[in-house]
Amino acid sequence: MNAFSYARPRALADALRMLRTGAASALAGGTDLLGLMKDGLARPDALVDLTGIEGLRGWSHARGKGLRIGALTPLVELETDETLAKTMPILRDSLRDAATLQLRTMGTVGGNLLQRNRCWYFRDEGTVCWLKGGTRCFAVDGENRYHAIIGARECAMVSPSDLVPALIAYDAEISLTGSRGERRMKLADLFVAPHGSQRREHTLRPAELIVEVRVPEAALARKGTYLKAMDRKAWSFALVSVAAAARIDRGVARDVRIVMGGVAPVPWRVLAAEKGLEGSALDDAACTDAAERILSGATPLRDNGYKVTLARELVRRALRSLVS
Amino acid sequence: MLRGPGAIDLGLTVNGEAVRVHVPPRRTLLDTLRQSLGLTGSKRVCDEGTCGACTVIVDDRPVYACMTLAIACEGKHVETIEGLTKDASGEGERGLHPVQRAFIDADAFQCGFCTPGQIMSIVALLRATPSPTEDDVRRAVAGNLCRCGAYPNIVAAGVNAGRRKK
Repeated sequence: MNAFSYARPRALADALRMLRTGAASALAGGTDLLGLMKDGLARPDALVDLTGIEGLRGWSHARGKGLRIGALTPLVELETDETLAKTMPILRDSLRDAATLQLRTMGTVGGNLLQRNRCWYFRDEGTVCWLKGGTRCFAVDGENRYHAIIGARECAMVSPSDLVPALIAYDAEISLTGSRGERRMKLADLFVAPHGSQRREHTLRPAELIVEVRVPEAALARKGTYLKAMDRKAWSFALVSVAAAARIDRGVARDVRIVMGGVAPVPWRVLAAEKGLEGSALDDAACTDAAERILSGATPLRDNGYKVTLARELVRRALRSLVS
Repeated sequence: MLRGPGAIDLGLTVNGEAVRVHVPPRRTLLDTLRQSLGLTGSKRVCDEGTCGACTVIVDDRPVYACMTLAIACEGKHVETIEGLTKDASGEGERGLHPVQRAFIDADAFQCGFCTPGQIMSIVALLRATPSPTEDDVRRAVAGNLCRCGAYPNIVAAGVNAGRRKK
């Protein structure tokens, strides 16, 4: 790791001010940032530790007003809180097999949303891939068994988070604050497939911070399922993951959401397939058909064709589980 | 207030004792424990938050010391494998912590290199879940790799340590 100075301000305004000067980075749990720094992929000259800031930790649910989760809430708190497990069970379901207990203890919600991708060409300090300013994506004709099968442009990375698909399936929004003031956006809009001059997978502005995640009350009525395929039973990023959610009203599905991780540079949705299930009883034929539609645009690389089969089946199972 | 990037004085609480170290902000908790404080029980293996051999307890929760900055631990309570025997009086033999004793009884190691991390993970588990199931223990040590493959006995040691505490 390069040398850097460090501060742990107690006020958000102080943190924002420090982040505007020089090449400072925000530090929360550090589980991704310190890894990037050790690998020479990030070289901040100052770290602004956000964990001393009051009011950005924990969650609340005022009935009728939706769920609010502070960006500095450790992932383990979302996983172990019994009340939250009743309010929004998919949070626990998505986090149980995310990373390891140590990493979930250290890692925060905001950090999870902003973690960088796991592509081994990106993570290799000596490889200047397209995402790091080079001229080509080495995964396209290299070792690509963990890479994107759909939605990739100049970079074949995949969206790594377990929490993100679950949150997007519940229409989560984020609140951000920075030098240009506060703004809110759909969580889905935080992510972009790197292309052109956008050589990054997030749309966060410089010196901007995520302060809160909000889930609208209406979405909390949905039933949800999170399924994750791994190449071993624990401590592994998703080969493919699926968050499916819908409000089940007299045996038929409303407001269907299907969000996939591990298949595309962004959390992957096919809106037409979701709309096609509106009013469906989610019988096996309908779920199989939706899975087919979602993966119909897949263009797998040499070693990741298995993900298409895997994704199709996970989507079918996740949807079926909403009515079983 | 920015501190560093050169070495600065830090006050830490390690195994119940207030200690002072002189390290730069980039120094990890793991390297501080091992180099500045001579506490070499926490092992430096992957140094990237993957293997769990550096697991210590900070404010009652298990964390990877290799991915934690020492400076971020000011005001927190750090516990390492070396601290376990301190509160073991009256329990077990030769001053061992009950979880250490359970590891011996279940033969929960071969080479022993991952053992301090495994034990710290299980000690943290038992504080939150005094009588863990096999699945609880398995989940608690999922982030502690053992390349000898002693997992069945490690899990048994965790379950037995819980039973013994009752």
